[in-house]
Amino acid sequence: MDASNYLYISALLFTIGAVGVVVRRNAIVVFMCIELMLNAANLSFVTFSRINGNLDGQVMAFFTMVVAACEVVVGLAIIVTIYRSRRSASVDDASLLKR
Amino acid sequence: MQLALEVGQTAKPEAVMFWILGPMAVVAALGMLLVKKAVHSAILMAFVMVVLAIFYIAQDAVFLGIVQVVVYTGAVMMLFLFILMLVGVDTSDSLTETIAGLRPIAITAAVGFGGLMVALLGRATLGRQAVGLSGANANGNVEGIAFALFSTYVFPFEVVSALLITAAMGAMVLAHSQRTTARPTQRQLSINRFRGKSLGSAAGLPGPGVYARHNAVDVPALLPDGTPAPTSVNASLEARGDMLDYKSFDLAEVNTQIEEEK
Repeated sequence: MDASNYLYISALLFTIGAVGVVVRRNAIVVFMCIELMLNAANLSFVTFSRINGNLDGQVMAFFTMVVAACEVVVGLAIIVTIYRSRRSASVDDASLLKR
Repeated sequence: MQLALEVGQTAKPEAVMFWILGPMAVVAALGMLLVKKAVHSAILMAFVMVVLAIFYIAQDAVFLGIVQVVVYTGAVMMLFLFILMLVGVDTSDSLTETIAGLRPIAITAAVGFGGLMVALLGRATLGRQAVGLSGANANGNVEGIAFALFSTYVFPFEVVSALLITAAMGAMVLAHSQRTTARPTQRQLSINRFRGKSLGSAAGLPGPGVYARHNAVDVPALLPDGTPAPTSVNASLEARGDMLDYKSFDLAEVNTQIEEEK
């Protein structure tokens, strides 16, 4: 077993997250799938940091975590606002522009 | 912590750890897509995040592993659960597809994309041996990251702090709701009570469970004539469907039941 096994699992997790964003309808679950994709990218960063023998990848993963935290805060606030006005957290219900 | 004994080749304990936890993480991530309730998705997501934290620590990224547990599993997932409770746990996803043929297309695209990613990442090392972090971590992992963060990456670090403050402000603006009508005063509330539809609520609504068989919050109080008072139960309990049928608490009904039992 070598370090690139971590890369394979990161690719798998990223793909699963991408499928979740497309398939699921609940906005919160869609959001969690985006988090899963970010985490998979982080795992790649950490593995590349180990393969290349420097800490730049880990610093990048650290930045990704901060950006993900910001994204969660704003995104969940948007979900709560939409829920307050539409009484639903489904991404299909917010389709006012279609009509 | 030096788990990677041989450079490029992971040590045996790490391989055992990987082959136990790796499939578990993938199964949990798949379960996230398949379970119906959003809360179960959140729990599975937290599990995946803990497994990733263990992976980080096993790959000599001790600081990131701890941050992963504290920030992701601790803060972000708890925020998710908090919002889930706020939005309503019962808003379970209907897993039926709303766009015809979306699911087969999504799965086909995912297989293609995943195959591409695995093929690509498998070649990312270009056959080189992994260097390992024993050199970069010579002065300690936290010290190494701190040095990189405050020298090479000091400008991105400051920009990220601005981003964090902006995000906090944005969340406050989004979550703030303006009052469209003035808050009713004590006087106005009192007038509304007496000039309302009936005088029944003039002295306030009855509490639940008064003179009833049980004094639980979901049992309506009994009025002097033995009929239950549905207004004594909190309206949100009724809306949630957690209330028993109040007619079964009618005193006449209860008396006939007792007679029948005799």
